[in-house]
Amino acid sequence: MPDRFVTRGFVGRREPAGSAQTGRIPPGQHLVKDFPVLSAGPTPRTPLGSWSFKIEGLVKEPASWSWADFQKLPAQDFVRDISCVTKWTKLDTRWRGVSVDVLLEQVELDRRAGFVTAFSDGGYTTNVPLPELINGQAFVAYEYDGKPLAPEHGGPARLVVPHLYFWKSAKWVRGLRVMERDEPGFWESLGYNNHGDPWKEQRYTGD
Amino acid sequence: MTEAMDDDLVLDGNAVAGTLAEIYGDDMTTVLAQCASCGKVDHVGGLLAFIHAPGIVLRCTACATVMIRIVQTPKGTFVDVRGKRIPAPPKS
Repeated sequence: MPDRFVTRGFVGRREPAGSAQTGRIPPGQHLVKDFPVLSAGPTPRTPLGSWSFKIEGLVKEPASWSWADFQKLPAQDFVRDISCVTKWTKLDTRWRGVSVDVLLEQVELDRRAGFVTAFSDGGYTTNVPLPELINGQAFVAYEYDGKPLAPEHGGPARLVVPHLYFWKSAKWVRGLRVMERDEPGFWESLGYNNHGDPWKEQRYTGD
Repeated sequence: MTEAMDDDLVLDGNAVAGTLAEIYGDDMTTVLAQCASCGKVDHVGGLLAFIHAPGIVLRCTACATVMIRIVQTPKGTFVDVRGKRIPAPPKS
């Protein structure tokens, strides 16, 4: 009789398959399945024929690639979790693009180089310390989920820096400016954290 | 207006009337604002508003330059109006 009332008890519910996810969601974040679109301005639609990607600033010679040249650079597939400061996290996002390491191989960095400002069509900027863009930590993506990156998600190409809040992953990116000193970007200059590590909940200035 | 105003995400300044009133203590939507870049004058309520973002961005209807930015955080509200001028009063 008592058997009827035997339960597995409050020893923790068995997680459904694949939800080792819990350890992948930074504090204060919730999981989403869709891909929310956030934008601080109109979606630029630069024709690929006039698109270019530049590396400028503290480099011996600036570098610039046309769209066609950029496509010839060695590309990689990246599967990464992303977290937006507006509190959503999306797991296993699939991108294809060019590692920032590959891009920086094409220039000679000045020894004073310490910070990078990514700049985009439409005037958006965001700042990242140079050491956080290298060693496989960041890439310029032009495909998402096997398709050309849609304009609303930053296409034709966006920077992706998955270990920082997603505002650092500049949509419509057109280049990287290498600098000696850090210069807060569009959101960093107005109350958002300069660094933006989701695991430390660095959302706002002073966090 | 610039290209790409087919954006689903663009609203107008009236959509943020409440936030502006909270900051300035009055209805701001009928106040005139001049774009610091191209000089276009609009009511604040008529500016292009982008609110699906980490903050609120109000832009010029003619050139899309950022006129007002607002970020609300637990530590306070940040406002940048460097892109907005106060239009000169009409000469009578």
